Amino acid sequence: MSEKTYPAYAHPLWRRLLLSREAAVIALVVIISMWGYSNIPYFGDTLTLTYLLLDMTTILLIALPMTLVIITGEIDLSVASVVGLSSALVGLLHEHGLGMAASCLAALVVGLVCGAFNGFLVAYVGLPSLAVTIGTLALYRGIAVGLLGTTAVTDFPTGWTDQAATIIGATGIPTVMILFLVLAVVFILLLHFSPFGRGIYDIGLSSEAAQFSGVDVKRTKLLLFVFTGVVSALAGIYFTLRYGSARGDNATGLELQVIAAVLLGGVSIFGGRGKLPGVIAGVLLIGVISSALRLEGVTVNVINIIIGLLLVLSVLSTSVLAWVSDVAARRSRGKAPSQTPAGVASQ
Amino acid sequence: MPNPHSAAMLQLNDVSKSFGPVVALRSVNLEAHAGSIHALVGENGAGKSTLVKIVAGVHRRDGGDFVLDGQPQDFGSTAESKTAGVAVIYQEPTLFPDLSVTENIFMGRQILGRGRRIDKAAMYAEAERLFAGLGVHIDPRRPALGLSIADQQIIEIAKAISLDAKVLIMDEPTAALSGVEVERLFTVARQLRDEGRAVVFISHRFDEVFALCDTVTVMRDGSYIATRPIAETRIGEIVNLMVGREVADLFPKQETEVGDVVLDVAGLTSPGVFHDVSFSVRRGEIVGLAGLVGAGRSEIARAVFGVDRYAAGTVTMKGRPVPTASPHAAIRSGMAFIPEDRRQQGLVTDGSVAENIAAVIRQHLTKGGLLTRAAENKAVTPWASRLEVKTSSLDAPARTMSGGNQQKVVIAKWLASEPDLLIIDEPTRGIDVGTKSEVHRLLSELAGQGMAILMISSELPEVLGMADRVLVVCEGRLTAELSRDEATPERVMHAATASQEMAS
Repeated sequence: MSEKTYPAYAHPLWRRLLLSREAAVIALVVIISMWGYSNIPYFGDTLTLTYLLLDMTTILLIALPMTLVIITGEIDLSVASVVGLSSALVGLLHEHGLGMAASCLAALVVGLVCGAFNGFLVAYVGLPSLAVTIGTLALYRGIAVGLLGTTAVTDFPTGWTDQAATIIGATGIPTVMILFLVLAVVFILLLHFSPFGRGIYDIGLSSEAAQFSGVDVKRTKLLLFVFTGVVSALAGIYFTLRYGSARGDNATGLELQVIAAVLLGGVSIFGGRGKLPGVIAGVLLIGVISSALRLEGVTVNVINIIIGLLLVLSVLSTSVLAWVSDVAARRSRGKAPSQTPAGVASQ
Repeated sequence: MPNPHSAAMLQLNDVSKSFGPVVALRSVNLEAHAGSIHALVGENGAGKSTLVKIVAGVHRRDGGDFVLDGQPQDFGSTAESKTAGVAVIYQEPTLFPDLSVTENIFMGRQILGRGRRIDKAAMYAEAERLFAGLGVHIDPRRPALGLSIADQQIIEIAKAISLDAKVLIMDEPTAALSGVEVERLFTVARQLRDEGRAVVFISHRFDEVFALCDTVTVMRDGSYIATRPIAETRIGEIVNLMVGREVADLFPKQETEVGDVVLDVAGLTSPGVFHDVSFSVRRGEIVGLAGLVGAGRSEIARAVFGVDRYAAGTVTMKGRPVPTASPHAAIRSGMAFIPEDRRQQGLVTDGSVAENIAAVIRQHLTKGGLLTRAAENKAVTPWASRLEVKTSSLDAPARTMSGGNQQKVVIAKWLASEPDLLIIDEPTRGIDVGTKSEVHRLLSELAGQGMAILMISSELPEVLGMADRVLVVCEGRLTAELSRDEATPERVMHAATASQEMAS
């Protein structure tokens, strides 16, 4: 039998790249930056870039594993509480004379345990992640506040706190971005260039079909919740050093900002769709818009309203795009040659 | 006895229905008279359920006449059919478990008293009157939760009577009932008949058909075959009418050399689902797993492949035990499983053709730990080509394809894993006739190359035409093992209904 070949893609590369959701978000970031550069005083300063990135680092970090969790169709609302718990723990241990390195390591281990607890309840007990992580959101935050009470630990060694805000040369880019880039590359390879990552998409699109193809759905979900736990703890350490303050109520409400950025970056809340480059652009888009508006003297409340509207619009546009492509697909199928007429083979 | 001169209460003439490319009903006639119990029989997939759904207003027919009590009908909803006097009693009724028996009967049309308030007392009284009329004892105030299936059916029947249904269709009502409950249902059915209603009774159990009904209509492959008065026919004739088809020519079965045992299943038990199932499948052999829908065939396959757990027994592949409840381990041992529900289980329908075909083999396509689209596309192409998958590109989503093409994608996915054993559940359900014979030819060819195949099928001709050996499952037990020469439609049907005949 002669081998039939198939075109790999329905559309050429440029079209797939330029008409993707990710391209739209990246384009928005670029356009707003360029507009701000020429129209808003101080927007072009390296200091603006530095503060923008320093402020967004926590969200950037947590958005990486959160994207994977949301693509499987689950959600983790406990991340900000893990940030708080990690922060409180670092403060408490440091206060009790444990070295900084050991304190940070302990915080990471606790983050892992927090994530594993979420993951166990979701994957192996079979509870809905929305309910589980609403519960652990309160639980972990409660423990965090319980550890330090209303006090804050601030006497961290300056060597460590300075490190959190250093800048690479004259670029204005904070050194911590190197850590983020390394993690981003790891997560991109994991999601987009590994069998494990394909399994994540399969689970989000059809968990049952994934299971029938041999994907270990439970183990995958458990691992992803462990990832969000560990990375949230890491973000908690950064948060503590960056502001030089360990508090149990650090980063309260951050989980919603992370999820908003992930959705803005093109990830479907129903799972199965979305890409990490889009998510990174989504976080940056929020950062660029807020800092541009802030420099223009717009108040925080108005900024929140604008970002909220943007999110609603972006979700709406996804639905509209899906509907349009569905109609187009149905049309082209209607034109396709009809099926083998019934009865031909039974002669 | 029905009076042949009286006009039929329910009359269907030349009714047809297709779902996309799949023809469910070609041409069906059915004439049910008032004061008669009419049996409707046919193999699984003969189109009985589709017919019921058309009468019940779930589906709309494509062609033919549908006359109810002298009025032509075209129901667009179940509400319309209920108003017109049709009631369907399903095998497993769906009551609201938290509402009382009475509330279930009067759902949506509660009796209103003064000031448009619901008059509970009147409803209880009416429910009691209905039950008394049926000669059954059910407390109208108790919640529906915890009622036996038999009692739930009685409640559906009471509901039908309170609506003054003229036609009652019972779709395999006895499948889950005990002997006493069946007797009670028969008493009720006879009473409905004597009240002058038309009853249509669907069952696989011939003893029941002969004990209860006065007329029988046989369907096969979506077509009307024959109608006989019960008094003038025998079980043998009905079975022949149901399966009567030239089987041999349709299926291109090659003779193969049967080799070593590949799969060995011993004493597999899952309480309430299947019991003490033991069989083996050898290299080059197609083993057919036959039986009625719900007999436990798919459940056995799912347990063997590790999707479901089992309580006792062992599964061995090529002499090595396969751990339970792990599809991943089953795949590694050399199994492949093509499930019955293609859209839910076989495919990630929103995924692309390439992603779907690569789903099982992608573990082995990595280079330096990385998996690229290019590597997937390269690995997938020969399999898509071999199965003659029709697609415009490899990144087209599987959901846009026809059923037959989707089935080819699922088969390609599993063949790519080069399995020793292929378990295939309903290999040709819902696909067009052309692709059907392609699938049959492929299965035969694969067996010829030494693959062991376990094929589950509700289509008797498919089982008899393809299998080297037929295992018959009845109510979770293997009731017969027949060689290709021994396997006749009569013997398979007999074994598939065996325990029921023994029980009666």
